[in-house]
Amino acid sequence: MNAGAGGLALGKPLPGRSPGVSARQGRAEIGENLISRYVRPRHIVVLALVLVYPWIATPFFTFQIGAQSLALGLIALSLTFLAGYGGMISLAQMTVAGIAGYMVAIFGTAATDGVSLGWPWWLAVLLGLAIAALAAAFIGWLSVRTEGIYTIMITLAIGVAFYYLVLQNYAVFNGFQGKQKVFPPTLFDIHWRDPLPFYYLTLAWALAGYFFVQYLVRAPFGIALQGIRDNPRRMHALGFNVTAHRVAAYAVAGVLAAVGGVLFTWYNGLVTPGSVGTGWLINILVIAVLGGMRHPTGPFLGAIVFVLLQSFAIDLIDRERFNLVVGGVFLAIVLFSPDGLLGLWAALRSRFASGSRYSNSRGGVR
Amino acid sequence: MSRFWKWFWSIAVGAPIALFAAWALYDNTRLFLVTFLNGLTLASLYFIVASGFTLVFGLMRNVNLAHGALYLLGGYIGFYVTSATGWFVPGLAAGFIGAALVGLLMQALIFRFMQGQDLRQTLVTIGLSIVFADLMLWSFGAQVHQLSAPDWLAGPLRGIPFIQAYAKYRMALLPLGIAIGVLLWLFLNRTSLGMMIRAGVNDRQMLAASGVNVNLVFAATFAIGAGLAGFAGVIGAVELSMVPGEDVRLLLASLVVVIVGGMGSVVGAAVGAVILGLAETYGLAYAPTYSVVFTFVILVLVLAFRPRGILGEAA
Amino acid sequence: MKQTTFVRTLVGAAVCAAFAGASHAQQPPVRIGVLATLEGPFALGGQDSMRGADMAVRERNGMAGGRRIEVIKASSNAQPDVAVNATRKLVEQDKVDIVVGPLSGSEGIAVKEYSKTQPNLTFINGSSGAQAATLVNPSPNFFRFNNDGAQAMYGVGKAALDKGYKRVMVIAEDYAFPYSQVQGFMAEFCRLGGKVPVKAWVPLGGKDYSSVIARIPKDIDALLVVLGGADAVNFLSQYEAAGGDKPMIGGSITVGHDVLNHRGKRRDFQLGTIAGSPIADNYEGAAWKVFVAEYRKQFPVSAGGNANPTLFAPLYYTNMKAALDGLDAVKGDLSDGQKNYREALAKLVVKSPTGDIRLDANRHAIVSNFVTEVVKDAQGNLINRVLRKVDNIDQLLGMKREEFKIGTRDEPSCP
Repeated sequence: MNAGAGGLALGKPLPGRSPGVSARQGRAEIGENLISRYVRPRHIVVLALVLVYPWIATPFFTFQIGAQSLALGLIALSLTFLAGYGGMISLAQMTVAGIAGYMVAIFGTAATDGVSLGWPWWLAVLLGLAIAALAAAFIGWLSVRTEGIYTIMITLAIGVAFYYLVLQNYAVFNGFQGKQKVFPPTLFDIHWRDPLPFYYLTLAWALAGYFFVQYLVRAPFGIALQGIRDNPRRMHALGFNVTAHRVAAYAVAGVLAAVGGVLFTWYNGLVTPGSVGTGWLINILVIAVLGGMRHPTGPFLGAIVFVLLQSFAIDLIDRERFNLVVGGVFLAIVLFSPDGLLGLWAALRSRFASGSRYSNSRGGVR
Repeated sequence: MSRFWKWFWSIAVGAPIALFAAWALYDNTRLFLVTFLNGLTLASLYFIVASGFTLVFGLMRNVNLAHGALYLLGGYIGFYVTSATGWFVPGLAAGFIGAALVGLLMQALIFRFMQGQDLRQTLVTIGLSIVFADLMLWSFGAQVHQLSAPDWLAGPLRGIPFIQAYAKYRMALLPLGIAIGVLLWLFLNRTSLGMMIRAGVNDRQMLAASGVNVNLVFAATFAIGAGLAGFAGVIGAVELSMVPGEDVRLLLASLVVVIVGGMGSVVGAAVGAVILGLAETYGLAYAPTYSVVFTFVILVLVLAFRPRGILGEAA
Repeated sequence: MKQTTFVRTLVGAAVCAAFAGASHAQQPPVRIGVLATLEGPFALGGQDSMRGADMAVRERNGMAGGRRIEVIKASSNAQPDVAVNATRKLVEQDKVDIVVGPLSGSEGIAVKEYSKTQPNLTFINGSSGAQAATLVNPSPNFFRFNNDGAQAMYGVGKAALDKGYKRVMVIAEDYAFPYSQVQGFMAEFCRLGGKVPVKAWVPLGGKDYSSVIARIPKDIDALLVVLGGADAVNFLSQYEAAGGDKPMIGGSITVGHDVLNHRGKRRDFQLGTIAGSPIADNYEGAAWKVFVAEYRKQFPVSAGGNANPTLFAPLYYTNMKAALDGLDAVKGDLSDGQKNYREALAKLVVKSPTGDIRLDANRHAIVSNFVTEVVKDAQGNLINRVLRKVDNIDQLLGMKREEFKIGTRDEPSCP
């Protein structure tokens, strides 16, 4: 199949528009026809559902299932962006998310053990995002100068290095215990960690991330990135700085992962070495692949399924075999439906569509 | 790299190491020498594991992240065979063969149909590693499996100058690693299968075009690579014990060895293993808190300045 | 006429039903959630924890305080975030009244923090032994009826000096639980004049002890080895193979059955190893023997049980028993945010298999501890004999609050 292009033969994401349309024309079109071209009835339905969800679900479902899925989905979205649109599978996205979480705990308020500077929350969050984005760019710079499949190995190794660093260092990272009591601030008299406000907080950022990715892949930067994914040599010949583009993609994905990381840390109320261990590094990959890497909704779908499994596995199957179930599902998806749940959904829809076409036009067995 | 920069980097890296070595030798000769031996013997183990990994990658461009699981599987099989028969060597053989069989099945049943889809293959190996790890946890339980060294290798070797005593089994790892290295080299350079593998590493398409049954070569290579992991597993079961979690540790060690030494090169695996083994043991002896981070710092440095590894070839 | 009869029959039936209902179910059952690590490397301990909790419920026929007990199980994998998720599910989704758990130290700290957000429920520990869970920012509704890591080694320091070990080297894994164990040992050892010149902290997960063994100085009398059973076996093999012969002092999980009876030659040099542990297989106490007999009866080896209960079974048993004793004390009244229940718990004296347990001001247990020694039994097997039992060990190990510091890499220190 796609050996030479180094492409991710997991099914390419749906392109925003074909390359070749001039940028000026694109901007005009975006301005005028945004609503009519891109908004479909199903988008309205889904948006309404997620907005109304906390009013119909219990606080447990709102917080533990809803908010956790959105935060995890945002981190996995960064991987979908990098891998689906950029062709670079990085196992260090959870590391970037963890860096953001740790920085917020270090610069902001956390439990008294360990270093906590107690700076204002907005400063801590901004610093966390900035440092995490820088770290992501650094990881990208280390990883991008070799072949695509090196990226998995190298990012895994970097992720594990960070794990051991925070495990062994007590002065800054508080080692094995990690940082406890990392909570969002109380603003405008609202406790932002209560289920309802927190859900809307994560929803707002998840939507922001989603629309940002949708916009970016249609913008020149995203188009160029997809071009680099498909044929780096040609893009280089066209005058694009392939390495710089890739590193920039890592940085952008890093910002997404950092936002998700801060939210996820606030959800857990703590960040420990276990949050950035190999288990979680691979879980993010599982979530992204599970949902499907062809569209930004994929990671959120995958996150919902993952969180549901995690919470209710003990009621359905032997909780001890949770890893086997997750690994088995992941394996099945990669073997049989590489586009994940979204791919399954698309296959089902096309089967129904083609079925009806045949019955209309031919009126008999094929 | 120009001559000037080569000299520059050799001195920048070599001088601190030489200074440290001189100080450590003076400060505590026994500790320095024992650590040196520890590093080389650990490197032997890492070399055996990593050589299988690099063989599979070099020929089939398949980053087999289930390599650690194969190590663990070989260790468990070797443990049970040795316990049943009472002999160590059948355990070694069983570990090799068991892992090789699983590797053969993986290649023949799964990877054969994904030729060329490198990323997809890697994702499949990730899934397989999760599934294998849990299946092994289910079958063998979470208790430790510690294999005892065979009688003729048990106990200390006494009377060595400076060091006084050193574990016989551990000392035996050094000639074993060298022997495996030589055997591998002979296999790759003096047998026809080895010649086909080397040709395939250089140019897969030409190998197929010249009428060789590429699938057979791939299957054999994967089996040998997996078998090496299983063989190392039995050795590790004595030295380091078998626990769930060892698979991830040894996989990471293989990754670091191969990245540092260069993908697809068996000599590179040897070089990388020596560097990693020495770095890890010296780190543990002189600066245990950050020893593991230290080894990864080496990895990061190599990646930053020589992304293909020390002896790596262009992709 | 028929209509009146019909109505009367209906009313009569309704009255009968009301009486029947009232007599059968005065109050709804008490839902107790039990959290243990059923996945991952601690899975075996987690299973034994559940057995211990089940034993406590079974010995009262599933009733306490006049109400039926309903047990809901939850699982974690020794990671604090998973433990909090599981606890939150127990509390908010399964609507339990009391939570018993978790198993491991860092989970305990995270669950303690969560308990502060649920002030109307009661959280009782399972077996987690992190000092910080009750010493630092304690939670008013988190109770611990078992020891922490430091208490589990108290008494060994004096025993070591009695054996003539004046200079001891520490070899332990580099995280919170071994820190507390080392502190429990050194608190007594240093105070009575012992010296610890070298502490070797091995990174978590490391299996290569060759470098540590190379660092053992010649003028050491004994090694304090705080490694888990698996790593302990590994360390012993490597140490023996390298020609080492110094006597060992074991941590609470170092000298278990698996280490002692591990197949291997020349295990005799383990004779005389002393260790500290909250339980001892060969303790002659009556309550302990009854507990072990019950354990073996309810969970025979043929059905998957262990020949001897591990540490986790009696600890979970004690904590669950405390929960049920508390219910008896308030006659099942969990109203008013469970205030009366918590007051009763704080004053409770629980009869655990190894002695009476009382709580201190931080709702942490004042326990007894065993110092054991490895000897040969009549058949020539190696077993742990109880050397002495130390009672009334509080969490501050007999020190004043101002001078007590939680164990870290460098604290305590007496080189």
